[in-house]
Amino acid sequence: MDLLVIHQYLTTYLVFGAMLFGFGIYGLVTRRTLIGMLIASELMLAGVSINFMAFNRFLAPDPSVGQIFTLFIMAIAAAEAAIGLSIVVAVYRHYKSVDTEDLITLEG
Amino acid sequence: MNGPQTFAHSPGILTPDGLVGLIFLIMVAVTLTGAYIAATSERLVRAVAGLVVCFTGVGGMYYFLNSPFMAMMQILIYVGAVCITISFAIMLAAPEQKKKTAPPNLLSGPLGFMVATLVFAGMAALALRTEWQQFAKTSMGTVREIGIQLLTSYSMVFELISIILLIAIIGAIVIARGGRS
Repeated sequence: MDLLVIHQYLTTYLVFGAMLFGFGIYGLVTRRTLIGMLIASELMLAGVSINFMAFNRFLAPDPSVGQIFTLFIMAIAAAEAAIGLSIVVAVYRHYKSVDTEDLITLEG
Repeated sequence: MNGPQTFAHSPGILTPDGLVGLIFLIMVAVTLTGAYIAATSERLVRAVAGLVVCFTGVGGMYYFLNSPFMAMMQILIYVGAVCITISFAIMLAAPEQKKKTAPPNLLSGPLGFMVATLVFAGMAALALRTEWQQFAKTSMGTVREIGIQLLTSYSMVFELISIILLIAIIGAIVIARGGRS
């Protein structure tokens, strides 16, 4: 397969999305701060969105459905980032740290 | 639509098709570099910068997937809103970390790398081995069609998303304000 025509194939995008997802998982398990883990989860969401868009472009009968679904993923990701970051700010105010090692008390 | 059969031969690098392929490869390289920086960089500010680069590259991917609308939304929402929010949170909550003194936990070494590689290899093998079945296209997926579908078939989901965003905004304000006199 020639490198210059790989953008014509579905599997290129699927493997690429899987690669982004793998980067996200690596960041999620190695990061030790809450914000770093949030960044990694955004990477995973980007990989998933690419998967949806690739299936939408190559396989789906109606190509607008996948775009609408990806739009909803973006809205959910924005809401998740807002809530997650406000929790991070609240946690920082309480513990004076966002390191996962320091957040060891579970009571209210 | 135009499947893989359209260009069975390889185009020269200076023809329009070859240049398109070259731009695609550059996009892939940019995105993966950004993702690598975002996942591994020691400082969080650099990770956010890598995230911006990665999301811009993903926007380029959406162009190649016949959807300039989603590319615009990607730049607008992710680069313009989410990354800016994250960098604000870094400024508010994460002073540059001191050198780690705690021993590394179990997953942060080669084991974490192995987990990520296994997940990637599994999904890539699944994508490469499956015989994907194509269906005849019933529409073109233009912005006009997206708009019509959003306000007819998916109007309920559209309303729900609006309510979720509203609740998220209010909740974020309430949580982040708590504890302040």
